[in-house]
Amino acid sequence: MKAAIFDYVRPRDLAEAARLLADAKGGAKLLAGGQSLGPMLNLRLARPRLLVDVARLGELRGIEARDSAWRIGGGVTHAQIEDAAGRLPGAEVLCAVAAGIAYRAVRNRGTIGGSLAHADPAADWPLALAALGADIEICGISGARTVAADRFMKGAFTVDLAEDEVVAAVSVPKLSGGARWGYYKFCRKTGEFPEASAAALFDAERRSARVFIGALSGAPQRIPALAAAIAERGAAACTREATEAAVTAAAPDLDVIDRRMHAAVLLRALQQVVRA
Amino acid sequence: MAGQGIGSRVQRKEDVRYLHGRGSFVSDMMLPGQSEVAFLRSPIAHGRIRRIVKPAGSEDAVFVRADLASVKPIVAPSTLPTYKLSGQHPLAHGKVRFVGEAVAMCVARTRAAAEDIAERVEIDIEELPPLVDAHAARADRSVRVHDDWDDNLFLTINYENGFEAKAKEAAVVVRRQISLARQAMVPLEGKAVLAHWDDRADQLIVYSSTQTPHIIRVGISQMLGLDEGQVRVISPDVGGGFGYKCVLQPEELCIAWLAHKFRRPFRYVEDRREHLVAGANSRQHHYALTAYADEKGHLLALDAEVTVDGGAYSMWPFTIGLEPGQATGNLPGPYDFRGYRCRTFCVATNKPGFLPYRGVARTGVCFAMELTMDAIARAVGREPWEVRHDNLVAAEAMPYNNVSRKHFDSGDYRKSLLLAKEKIGFTAWRARQRDGLPDSRRIGIGFATYCEQSAHGTSVFAAWGLPLVPGYDQATVRLTADGGLELRAGVHSHGQGMETTLAQIAHEVLGIDLAKIRVILGDTGQTPYSTGTYASRSIVMAGGAVANACKTLLPRFVAIGAHLMQCAVASARFADGQVVGPQRAVLLRDIAEAWYLRPERLPPDVDMGGLEATVGFRPKVDTGVFSYASHAAIVAVDTEVGHIEILDYVIVEDCGTMVNPMVVDGQTMGGAAQGIGTAIYEESPYDANGQPLASTFADYLLPGPTEVPSFRIYHLETPSPYTEFGIKGMGEGGAIAPPATIFNAVNDALRPLGVELAETPLTPRRLLEALSRAKAPTAIGGKAA
Repeated sequence: MKAAIFDYVRPRDLAEAARLLADAKGGAKLLAGGQSLGPMLNLRLARPRLLVDVARLGELRGIEARDSAWRIGGGVTHAQIEDAAGRLPGAEVLCAVAAGIAYRAVRNRGTIGGSLAHADPAADWPLALAALGADIEICGISGARTVAADRFMKGAFTVDLAEDEVVAAVSVPKLSGGARWGYYKFCRKTGEFPEASAAALFDAERRSARVFIGALSGAPQRIPALAAAIAERGAAACTREATEAAVTAAAPDLDVIDRRMHAAVLLRALQQVVRA
Repeated sequence: MAGQGIGSRVQRKEDVRYLHGRGSFVSDMMLPGQSEVAFLRSPIAHGRIRRIVKPAGSEDAVFVRADLASVKPIVAPSTLPTYKLSGQHPLAHGKVRFVGEAVAMCVARTRAAAEDIAERVEIDIEELPPLVDAHAARADRSVRVHDDWDDNLFLTINYENGFEAKAKEAAVVVRRQISLARQAMVPLEGKAVLAHWDDRADQLIVYSSTQTPHIIRVGISQMLGLDEGQVRVISPDVGGGFGYKCVLQPEELCIAWLAHKFRRPFRYVEDRREHLVAGANSRQHHYALTAYADEKGHLLALDAEVTVDGGAYSMWPFTIGLEPGQATGNLPGPYDFRGYRCRTFCVATNKPGFLPYRGVARTGVCFAMELTMDAIARAVGREPWEVRHDNLVAAEAMPYNNVSRKHFDSGDYRKSLLLAKEKIGFTAWRARQRDGLPDSRRIGIGFATYCEQSAHGTSVFAAWGLPLVPGYDQATVRLTADGGLELRAGVHSHGQGMETTLAQIAHEVLGIDLAKIRVILGDTGQTPYSTGTYASRSIVMAGGAVANACKTLLPRFVAIGAHLMQCAVASARFADGQVVGPQRAVLLRDIAEAWYLRPERLPPDVDMGGLEATVGFRPKVDTGVFSYASHAAIVAVDTEVGHIEILDYVIVEDCGTMVNPMVVDGQTMGGAAQGIGTAIYEESPYDANGQPLASTFADYLLPGPTEVPSFRIYHLETPSPYTEFGIKGMGEGGAIAPPATIFNAVNDALRPLGVELAETPLTPRRLLEALSRAKAPTAIGGKAA
């Protein structure tokens, strides 16, 4: 399969990218790493009239420390985050998550902003950033706005992004020294999207207890009751029965096999936290 | 030059160009004025074509069946009783019979533009009920894949030999239902064909990614109605065949027709989506087995019903009879028992027509037989390796005629199993198994043994009454003026390393340095006829021909050499790459110089055949020589999520005399990786409408580098009494045993839970479902809901 015909433009800056998107009135697609859009173009599942290539925009490529957060440009690749290991104090978990995405060849091109905007239900960033309580900075013709990562994804391949808007950056709060992080995904083989995934963050200093499960039919789901129980009772609340009940409540549409798989994966993510 | 002959682990000659990206594949080729072709393929599994409307303005760029009226449909006859003919038109005619069947052909300057045209072709198809399940299609006569048949059976085989008498003696009866999913073969390179007309040669030149250029030439000539002399087929570098490219493809006919009609170049390159949809054509067998054994587990008789989901069409030239025929004949495996009954149904369904994938039916029969062998062991309370061992044909019994009248030529099957058991560390693993792994995964140990009929020839294929039958394979060898060797054979090499191994055989006879031996394959204009590379035959057949051709030259060398040394022919002999006389020796280079450049030096009675010979070979017994192997695996089964990790994998194989053990290792590893795909990952599922559900690699999983273990390979070397140097074929073997080995290991791990799996691939879902069925539902079952 070869892509249907389209125009291609490389804007000078983010403002021009937003304007091009707005002018196309829904007929344009933003191209960053192209790791999902590329195949979709070739399969003719995506048929934009215009591709706006932001892969080289300097505005999207920075990793900067702010007071209480790391700001990572939307065009930063998974590989750049993976390779930042040891240089992201307070956000080292991002490096581990990045290192587990697909294969290195995909990580070399795929971007954090592209992954969020594409919003595959089984992708790593929507889950990990939701659990980390990250914010997403969005830029459009009428200016910038910020939305919480756990509210950004609306459903499978659906996000809170207007036609003219671009994921400019993600802002990831720095974890305190005592924070505990759990992340587990089950993939049938290396590099595949997972069958089930789960992420958990417990940061007493920040009074944060967040547990999410991913690889569902839609956006990652928060498991507040279980998070609260673990924050209160620790390992004692971290049982097979509890994860089974939590998964059932959070994703009632799963069949018995998927439920079993997700419950096992959630338990493993939580065990990383309570054992830490 | 030391260590280049038979048995040497020399590096492959062809790897230099492959590793530097300088191979030449059809996709690399670009001829002046070349057009690209896209096929519009049926979106419907079964239907009657009402109308095809070419898009306005592009009528000249679109071709349908009626436009190719002069092209004959592909019909492959066979004299097997009950076999029914199916005609496959180069483009669908009247009906479409599977999703992905080519309906129209669109031509443009680029492939993308050709696809644009294809999108605008309107096809109106009246949908008919699809036949998706082989068992249902076998029972249903009201809906038929081929309207002129009275049912949906390509072929029914009934075989019986001593069954009733032997079954009566049994103390133990074991029944199993075993099945394998449909698969695509997924070579790195799919189909690819480029054709153009050469006015000077008055020839249609067809470059095709094929294993069998000579028979494709026969096919194109017959179906297009051209003289054979007007067709030259060149198979350049080929990115894997595996059986997918050993038959005449409708696309080859279409592209050849375009080039012949318009006298300019046209090319088609299959893409991955087309391959996964229109190439889902192998492995799907179902077995209902009843094994009869004594109280120690000695197999006495086997009763089998085999169902092959044959898809829509029978391929040319080997026919779909190959698959049920091989299944019926090879199901008894390497075992010594005397009662066998087998009914095999090859059923037509609305799926791509079955093709012979690496291992052909033997991956399926090994899976069925080896799972059953383990089941017998469990029924009699013995170790599976032990029961397997006791049932294997003993070395002393060789040569052995088995219950399905296969003639096993040589080998020590039991030794391979015992060595596999020792090398895998069976005893230590059994002990570790009791303790379990620290992460609570369950350990399992599995074995499988198979024997593989390789290089089966004329007598086997003639018995099936096929449109063409392999005979003598020939090779041409020619000493060049500088003392090098040109070696030509009609087989092809697409991963097998034959540019190296055939040269090694020539070196063994002639002593010429490998670097000075050029191997020329894959071109009907340059090589002697051969039916090509399939059925693990090429090293036996072409290798034998190379040896014979080289040996034919030896007396000619001696005659010329003796004359150059002015000694009697009887006093000279050929040794170490030169002709040695009483006083001195002459090099092949001197002999070549005399023949080509200084003929005044030649003896007056010189053999006018010169320094070139074309000689054929066929084994003394051509019913096939049997390679065999035992595989052993250790797996860790994660029963929480359904994941399987292969912790260790041992292969003990015997393919007779090895020409190049490193090539044998490579072939074994590649095959075993595909076997792991069959076992755990690969599946082409269909919905009830016959729509394929795995059309990209997102849904069709293949094992990758991290899923394939480091195979530990050990060799036994029992020469065949029937072939040159005792070589046996071995290209397919690696792909045969892994599904059986891995399932036996997983079933060993899950035995305490009362779970036994017998359906490929072993997905997490299948595993968890079996666990759920085996025990009372856990709380996960939805108590909380």
